[in-house]
Amino acid sequence: MTHNAEPLLRVRDLRVSFQLDEGTVRAVDGISFDVFPRQVVGIAGESGCGKSVTMRAVLQLIDPPGRITAGEIIFRQDGRPVDLARVSPRSRQMRDLRGAQIALIPQEPMAAFSPVHTVGAQIVEAIMLHERLGRAEARARTVELFRDVGISMAEQRIDAYSWQLSGGLRQRAMIAMALSCRPRLLIADEPTTAIDVTTQAQVLGLLRELQQKYDTAIIFITHDLGVIAQMANYVVVMYLGRVMEEGPVDEIFHAPKHPYTRALLRSIPSLQTETRTALPVIAGTLPHPFNRPPGCPFHPRCEDIRRGSCDAAVPALHALGPRRAVSCFLHSDATEPA
Amino acid sequence: MTAPLIDVRGLRKFFPIAKGLFARVTGHVRAVDDVSFSVQEGETLGLVGESGCGKTTTARCILRAIDPTDGQVLYRTSGGEVVDLAPMSSAQLTPFRKEIQMIFQDPFGSLNPRMTLFDNVGEPLLVNGMRNRRERMDRVAELLRLVGLRPEFMHRFPHAFSGGQRQRIGIARALATSPRLVVADEPVSALDVSVQAQVLNLLLELQSRLRLTFLFVAHDLSVVRHICDRVAVMYVGRLVELAPTDAVFSRPRHPYTAALMRAVPVPDPRVSGVDGILKGEVPSPASPPSGCYFHPRCTFAEERCRREAPALQEVTPGHFARCHFAAELDLAVH
Repeated sequence: MTHNAEPLLRVRDLRVSFQLDEGTVRAVDGISFDVFPRQVVGIAGESGCGKSVTMRAVLQLIDPPGRITAGEIIFRQDGRPVDLARVSPRSRQMRDLRGAQIALIPQEPMAAFSPVHTVGAQIVEAIMLHERLGRAEARARTVELFRDVGISMAEQRIDAYSWQLSGGLRQRAMIAMALSCRPRLLIADEPTTAIDVTTQAQVLGLLRELQQKYDTAIIFITHDLGVIAQMANYVVVMYLGRVMEEGPVDEIFHAPKHPYTRALLRSIPSLQTETRTALPVIAGTLPHPFNRPPGCPFHPRCEDIRRGSCDAAVPALHALGPRRAVSCFLHSDATEPA
Repeated sequence: MTAPLIDVRGLRKFFPIAKGLFARVTGHVRAVDDVSFSVQEGETLGLVGESGCGKTTTARCILRAIDPTDGQVLYRTSGGEVVDLAPMSSAQLTPFRKEIQMIFQDPFGSLNPRMTLFDNVGEPLLVNGMRNRRERMDRVAELLRLVGLRPEFMHRFPHAFSGGQRQRIGIARALATSPRLVVADEPVSALDVSVQAQVLNLLLELQSRLRLTFLFVAHDLSVVRHICDRVAVMYVGRLVELAPTDAVFSRPRHPYTAALMRAVPVPDPRVSGVDGILKGEVPSPASPPSGCYFHPRCTFAEERCRREAPALQEVTPGHFARCHFAAELDLAVH
C-alpha cells in the first residue's frame, strides 16, 4: 500500500501525565504515529501501556488530574490541519469534532448507553446535534444504520433500551451510533473484549465491511494480538507509555524487531503451538507506574539487554524505513533527548 | 481402572421464571440440561462454550455452591469410597469442601481488600481447624513460595499487587487445604497476554507437582487446547461434544465446535479467518428451538435436525458428539 496522501491524524511526541498525591504518572511518554485515510491502525499493548489514554487524548477527554503536557495531535479537518492538543476540551470546535469527525466505540457498551433512554433516541440526538436534520430524517437514518450494522427488525429495535439487547446487538447499536455522523476517524477501544468469540467474529467482520463502505480510518486498540492480525494494516506496539515498534502488520508478525514484540508473540498460546508444555514467558512483571525504570522502559525484562546503555538512556523511535520504526538500541544508537 | 475422581451423571439445573404479583412460576430456564461427564484423577477437563451455555452453572453444581435440580455428582473420596455430592446437606458436605476448591476469574473481586495475604490465604486453614497462628504462617509462606510469590509479602494487602500476582494469591488460597479437585472458572481471561502465559505455566507446573485434577471452565479455545487433556463443549445447557483435546482440534465432530474454533482470531495476518463466521445468536435456554438446538445456525442442518433432537453418540472411541451427522461431516479446521 502506498501513502502519498497526507495523514488524517499525525501524533507527534505526545505526553500525558497524571499528577497524583503519590507522584506523577507518565501514562503516555512521547509517542508518535500516523493514521492515513482508510487505514486500520492497530494499537497493541498490555494494561497500563497507555493505549487508552492516548486515544482519550486525541478526543480531548483526559480528566484531571491528567493533562496533556507536550506534543502535537494534528487532525486534518476539511483539508486543514488542526492541532487538537491546543484546542480546549470544552470548546465549540472540539465538541463539533467529537462524534462527528472522530467517533469512539467504547469497550463496554452497557456503560456507554444511557439505560433510561432508548438506543434510537440517543443516536437520533447525536445526529441532530451535529447535522441539520429534522427528527424524522434523523430517525430514518438511524433505522438505515441499524440495517447496515446487521440488526434485524430495525424499526422495532431502535425503540429498545440498551438493557433489552444482547451483548452482540448492543455492540452493533454502539457501532451504529459511532457511524451515525459518518466520521472520518473511528476509534475502537477494545470493542470486542467483553463479548463471546463467535459474536466477536461477527462484529469484526462487520467493522471490516463498514470500513470499506464508509471509507473511515480506524484506530483499533486491543490487547488481543489475534484481533490485531486479522483487522489492522499497520500496527503500533506500546509498552509503558512508549512506542516500542511500529510497522505494517505482516512485518510486525513475521519480522518483529523489538525484543518486547518478539517476546509477546511467543507467549500467546495459539491453535498451532505444542500443548501442555510451558509457554515462553516475559520474565518479571510490569513495573509500578510510580517506579518507571530509567532508560528503556522494557530493559528490566528484556532478554537482549545491553548493560550500560539500555538502563542509562531512553532509545528514540528510530525510522528504519518510510513506514517502519523501532525504539531499541539493538537497531539504532539514537537516544531520546534527556 | 479406578473410578473417576468426579463422575457427573444426568446433571440438571433449572431456574424458575417467576411472573406477576404472586411470583407464579411460568417456565424454567434450563441452564444445565442432562449433562454427564467424568474427570479422572490428575486429568484436566476443559468446559467450553459461550456465555449463557451453562458451563459456570455446571461448575457451581459440582462445587455445590448451588443445588442441582436433578442428577448425580459422584465423588471418589481419598478413602476410595464413591459418594454422591448432589443430594447432601451442607453439614454432610463439610468434610468434602476442603477437597474441592475453586479459582475465580476476577483477581480483583475475589480477594478481600481489607485482609492481608496472610488472612486471605490463611482463612481456609482457620476454617478447617488450623488454630495455631504460627503454624498457619508457615503454611501460608509455603503456599506463597509455591505460586512464585515471596513469603515476606504475607503482611501486605491485595491492592499492592498486579492482576497476575493477585491471581497467584487466589491460586495459593485455593491450594491452602490441599484439594484434590480444583475448579478454575476462567482463571486467565482477565489477564494480559504475557501474564496469562505465566499463570498457565504455573497451573501446569502445580498440577504435575501436586497431582491435581482440574475442571477448567473457559471460553478461549487456544488456552483450553494448551492446558486440557479432554474438552467438553456446551451449547444452550447441553453437552454437544466431549473428546480428547487432540481429537477435538484435529477433527471436531459437531458443527458448533468447528464454528467456535474458526471464530478464534489467528495471530497471523497471512491466515485469513473471515470465512465460516457463525450467524445469528445463541437461543435462550428458556425457549430453546425444536430438534437440535443448534439447527437454526447450522450450515449443515436438514429437515431431520428441525424435528428430532440428536443423542450424544460415541463417534470414535472416547469421542462423543450430539449431531445426527457426526460420523459423516468433515469439519477439520485448517
